[in-house]
Amino acid sequence: MDFSILMPSILNGITTGALYALVALGLTLIYGVLHIINFAHGALLMLALYGVYYLNRLFGLDPYWSLLIVPPAMFVLGYALQRFVIARASHGRDENILLVTLGLAIVIENLALFFFRSDTQVVNTPYAFDVVEVMGAFLPYPKVVAFFAALATATALWALMTRTDLGRAIRALAKERKGARLVGIDVEHIFAVSFGIGVGVLGIAACLLMPSYYVSPQVGNGFVLIAFTIVVLGGMGSFAGALIGGIVIGVVEAVGGLMLGESLGQIGIFLIFILILLFRPQGIMGHQA
Amino acid sequence: MTHRKIDRISRRAFLGTTAAVTGALAAPGLLRAEAAGVKVGLVHPVTGWGAYSGNQCRQGALMAIADINAAGGIKSLGGAKLEGLLADSQSKPDVGASETARLIEGGAMGIVGGYASSISLATTQEAAKTNTPHVVDVGVSYKIVKRGLPNVFRFGPGYTKIAQFAVDNLATINAAAGNPAKTAMIIHEDSAFGTGTAKVLSGKLPEKGIEVIEIIPHGTPTRDFTNIALQIKSKKPDIIIPADYYNEYVLLARTMRQQRIEAKAIYSVLGGAASSYKFVKEFPDAAEYIMDCNHWFNPLDEGAQKRRAAAEAKGLFYTYEIYLTYNAVMLLADAVERAGSTDNEAVIAALASSTWSKHGMPYGPTRMVNGQNQGAQPVNTQVLNGDIEVILPAEFASAKVVFPRPS
Repeated sequence: MDFSILMPSILNGITTGALYALVALGLTLIYGVLHIINFAHGALLMLALYGVYYLNRLFGLDPYWSLLIVPPAMFVLGYALQRFVIARASHGRDENILLVTLGLAIVIENLALFFFRSDTQVVNTPYAFDVVEVMGAFLPYPKVVAFFAALATATALWALMTRTDLGRAIRALAKERKGARLVGIDVEHIFAVSFGIGVGVLGIAACLLMPSYYVSPQVGNGFVLIAFTIVVLGGMGSFAGALIGGIVIGVVEAVGGLMLGESLGQIGIFLIFILILLFRPQGIMGHQA
Repeated sequence: MTHRKIDRISRRAFLGTTAAVTGALAAPGLLRAEAAGVKVGLVHPVTGWGAYSGNQCRQGALMAIADINAAGGIKSLGGAKLEGLLADSQSKPDVGASETARLIEGGAMGIVGGYASSISLATTQEAAKTNTPHVVDVGVSYKIVKRGLPNVFRFGPGYTKIAQFAVDNLATINAAAGNPAKTAMIIHEDSAFGTGTAKVLSGKLPEKGIEVIEIIPHGTPTRDFTNIALQIKSKKPDIIIPADYYNEYVLLARTMRQQRIEAKAIYSVLGGAASSYKFVKEFPDAAEYIMDCNHWFNPLDEGAQKRRAAAEAKGLFYTYEIYLTYNAVMLLADAVERAGSTDNEAVIAALASSTWSKHGMPYGPTRMVNGQNQGAQPVNTQVLNGDIEVILPAEFASAKVVFPRPS
């Protein structure tokens, strides 16, 4: 291994990990707090990426300006999906939720294939090839932006959950649904709002991912497993954990790729995952049950 | 008594109706089999990681079927129309095999597919069980035609020939420029096509005075190529040789640009994007001067240019998947025409003795030896002034090579 590229590789791992964390932040709310195993997370990310792509293609909107449109639109979609599809079809049973979200993922992917075709699409921005030089490493500008956006998003979500009535309602719902209903919380509404926020965060991830990545109907699949791994690694429901977990995964992937080769380097992610489950099953930032 | 009879009839009717409905739902292909015509099974990865290429293949096949039917169908069978039975391998070899079996059970007299080498290996093996003729459209692994399966034919070249061709032409290009390139790095996807191509290249390049200083395999999909770009930057090879599918090639090319990597040439071998009009249109700056050794149509052939125009009129990029699959269907149809039958043995014999030449490829008439078309060969292309030009072989060239690439 060439040690002169170790530091650039680690820095790249940190920025790539922040992108993974952005995808995982929404999932940690949906999966970690609400305990909904959302198999449609990847498909919804793909929809958000197409939203960013078409806003650029049809209206020339820069992906960063799409932050004003795509996340709110994804929130509405998430709210509607939970309120009118997932909740109704699952009848509150966990195994049904799993099947409904899996079904949704298949339906969304196939609809995307039908309407958008299987072509890989990219957005060309004036800054696509701009870099920020840090300690001799060229960090792509879109990844640096994504890194700081991931920090801001995690902080905002943390503040939302700990400093607002909505956050308290969500946490109450996660801990004791009946109790929450008894104290006057509109359980169905708050559930849908939480799911909507999780999906809305995917919209943020899409706006920040699109300048350096591509979209196709299958693109979400590459992120789903990583996102679930990050959520468990960071600690279920912990936004700081998702951020740290994402960065850990990014760095392990980068350094593993350097040391073991790109094909084999991926096993580092799952080795870390198994070690965490063995020695700290509640995750890096999780609390012992 | 009357009651019992009514009961019995009712039960039979119920069972019959249920069986018919269940059958129709489970195997829609069988319903189509009842229609008159020659049924050709088209197995492609139209979902999963290979979806873009698989859909391009399917479009090429459907264009061929439309052209054959518009020209009067299979004349030796009384103008029988060709019917495409579509199947999705989901980019998985096992699904490709089961879909092949389903299409054959549904009446397909022949199979055209399965795009990727790994999938083609599975679909051909499945077709071999019933000795159903199978024309491989794109898959380049040498194993596809080296297993002694008499039903398997490949119209295009395999990677052994492509890699040899690539090495010979790289040596020619390098020598003409005074041998400025001494080292190379190979970046390849790690399935059958990329691994096999890299192995052949790394064995043959040193014979031409080019040392292979590193071979980097990667998975499909790969989300980030920065690590690989950093390794390239650190080793400073004269030539960078990618052998990837489209999405990975695009990410690699973008990342190399971000990391300010300079090399005397990017010389792709079966590079998924370097011979793609889509790539050139979307990344004109990154694509400029990239060379590729890949499947390509004969730019001087009128029929090939007509087909390109027809594909573009449908809003498609005229990629190798389209014309290779188009020709694979045409080759099979030609064999059925000459056999005057859809009998497996007769069609296989006709394919084995094929001398078909209306393909618009730089191949010459087909000549099959153990299922491999001996005339099949790639060409060298280079992106020049925002277009893809053929630079070698000289008889098909539309432009002169630019090497080393200007900084």
